[in-house]
Amino acid sequence: MAFQAHAIIDSPAPLVAALKDAGWKVIAPVERDGALVLAAIQSAEELPRGRVDRASPGEVRIEDGRPGRWFDHTLPASGWKRWLHPPRHLLWRANRGRDGFELKTPPPETEDLAFLGIRPCDLAAIARLDAVLGPDGSADTEYMRRRRHMLSVVVQCARAADTCFCTGPGTGPRAEHGFDLALTELEIGLLVEVGSERGAGILERLPSREARETDIEEAHAISRKTAGMQRRRLPPSAAAAIAQAPDHPEWDQLAARCLACGNCTLVCPTCFCTDVEDTTDLSGDHAERWQVWDSCFATGFSFVHEGPVRTSVRSRYRQWLTHKLATWYDQYGTSGCIGCGRCIAWCPVGIDLTAAAEAIARPASPSPAPTGG
Amino acid sequence: MTLPLPDPMLPMRFRVVERFDEQPGVASLALVPVEDAMPLFRPGQFNMLYAFGIGEAAISISGDPHEHGWMVHTIREVGAVSRALARIHPGGMLGLRGPFGAHWPLRRQSGRHLLFVAGGLGLAPLRPAILQALREKTRYASLTLVCGARAPEQMLYRDEVDGWARQPGMDVLRIVDHANAGWTGRVGVVTTLLGAALGPHDPESVSAFVCGPEIMMRFTARDLAIAGVPGGRIWLSLERNMKCAIGRCGRCQWGPDFLCRDGPVLPYDRVARRLAIKEL
Amino acid sequence: MTRIEIEALLADHPDFHQFTAAERARLAAWAREERYPAGTTIFNEEDPADTVFLLLEGDVAVQNALPGGPPVIIETLHTGDMLGWAWLVPPFRRMSDAIAQTDVRAVGLDAAGVRALCNAHPEMGYRLFQNWLPHLVQRFRSQRLQILDVYSERSR
Repeated sequence: MAFQAHAIIDSPAPLVAALKDAGWKVIAPVERDGALVLAAIQSAEELPRGRVDRASPGEVRIEDGRPGRWFDHTLPASGWKRWLHPPRHLLWRANRGRDGFELKTPPPETEDLAFLGIRPCDLAAIARLDAVLGPDGSADTEYMRRRRHMLSVVVQCARAADTCFCTGPGTGPRAEHGFDLALTELEIGLLVEVGSERGAGILERLPSREARETDIEEAHAISRKTAGMQRRRLPPSAAAAIAQAPDHPEWDQLAARCLACGNCTLVCPTCFCTDVEDTTDLSGDHAERWQVWDSCFATGFSFVHEGPVRTSVRSRYRQWLTHKLATWYDQYGTSGCIGCGRCIAWCPVGIDLTAAAEAIARPASPSPAPTGG
Repeated sequence: MTLPLPDPMLPMRFRVVERFDEQPGVASLALVPVEDAMPLFRPGQFNMLYAFGIGEAAISISGDPHEHGWMVHTIREVGAVSRALARIHPGGMLGLRGPFGAHWPLRRQSGRHLLFVAGGLGLAPLRPAILQALREKTRYASLTLVCGARAPEQMLYRDEVDGWARQPGMDVLRIVDHANAGWTGRVGVVTTLLGAALGPHDPESVSAFVCGPEIMMRFTARDLAIAGVPGGRIWLSLERNMKCAIGRCGRCQWGPDFLCRDGPVLPYDRVARRLAIKEL
Repeated sequence: MTRIEIEALLADHPDFHQFTAAERARLAAWAREERYPAGTTIFNEEDPADTVFLLLEGDVAVQNALPGGPPVIIETLHTGDMLGWAWLVPPFRRMSDAIAQTDVRAVGLDAAGVRALCNAHPEMGYRLFQNWLPHLVQRFRSQRLQILDVYSERSR
């Protein structure tokens, strides 16, 4: 590769400034309402410096960490998908005329977005979405348009949350490619890895110094340490086991806890399902069609003719987990789960997807004598 | 240099040129494009039809694949969208995206006995395949149609099916679930006719195309398989909630398949196990 | 139709061909040919179920009368089918009407005679039931499907 692969910068502040100067809208994690969320930032001052997230099943807290550290936190509540695959998107407008109606697509928005602080698992999630929403040879979509206007500055993880399990799927804690720039926060500054010509162009504008071999070794050691912090794992046999076990008694146990609130599908960075909404104004002459996020936990999701196919919570939870961990392989050749653990942290009743998969991968024990009913 | 790619979510405008009441609550529409070229389709595919301001519904194409002058859809009023669509009169406009989905693999059945089994409005998605098979019937060993309906007055395309029954080389067997005294046809379900439909043919050389309510297809496919028709030679047309029709909204997933893209037509040996899983 | 002809006919029928020649001869002793022109009644609900029919030709509508409306056809039976099962179960009375839709030719077996034969020759009786049951099961299954009313509100 023609570009210099590594450098050290002192702070992300010049990076944010350089990105903005180059015309990028910088999206980064910020602390808001007691959570880390993604927002457009004007300067590095807005980053949650010195703050860390403590995540466990059903709970996320933001608290003080080591002062001065820029990136010791892990994941923002929702993934980056909302910037590529927006929760609401106007597909087209239709106006009634004398002789029928006319259809018009809205003019495309062409914002160049720089994702600053995207974690390796979330970068992998975008690759998963590319497979789902990407080009099929005959179609251009809003997603692909936005995707072409995106730049990624990965932050390699220096900490794992209690809910993280990226080492199993191999999506983290370190990204090796697929980014424009990647940062690892060392004691002496930020190690910058360059992943593209575009990234190299950004780095050239920053005050930086050469990285030493030891800096690169330190970065790898940090990744190893982060991997070692992870306690959860997905059983490798989960995909096959789940696909074969639509009647496993564990589904009943999960359904008894699941509120079917759809939080997991909202925070999951690879959940992509949508509905469409048709609206008209009061005159009835102007109609719109919107694409909106949907969740397989909603009863209307599986509506056919007079009613939903998946009426029970059991069947909806089973659809979610089976698609995420099993049928995704049939469809796209990979797992739909990238190990971010958001569904565990943001589940109001703390259902742990890794534990659920583990229970279903375990052969069902002989069922106890039925009680009651 | 590349041309701008079409937006797969943007409908083409079509106009209704003819409308025919098939039975109460069921109408057939013949459509022509307002500005686009008439899309080609293969038997078994569907279009997404849009009623202005109301919404879109997946509707099978039920016309002749060799008729390029218009596109025919038979629509039953079951919800707000299908009700609005079915009531568009000649001159009215609707939106159309498509065609989408897997087709009945007719051409790969050369030399075989073709058996079409239709239940209720399931005859509509089979009609293009039947018309194509009749046009090229020397290609096949025989053609048989088994038609089930709820009652005699709900037999779809009744006159046309009468015409098919008179054609040499085509056997038509009909049955209704319910009839009043005086009806001289058969009463019962389509599965009771399968023995007669298979007749003297070697079941190994039969290719079956089954379309109707899911439970009717399940019973029919199972009985055909028990009779010895290979599971890979029985095709069903399945239905789930479809919104985008291009495998991106996720709603029509049925196990590993996106029915809008991988289906709606799927071979029985691929789906037999899934058909028995409740709420899949 | 002679007894010999009836025996030959039973030998060809899928439900009777497994019987030995001797058994078929015993059954044939209780058999006679019956004919019903199109539109005639073969039996009515509540009639004694004294005969079971093996349909040789023609179509039969099995139907029930409803107050305030025309009778409803529950099923139709055709060449090769067996008409009647009430003869198997006390009180041996018909549960439906049977009307010839076309000219019908059938072999009628005397129900009391066949029951007596089965009692005297349990092995033969068992085989008769073994052959009868799949026939009944098929009709039972198809009536389940009818009850589901699968074509009611499906759009296609």
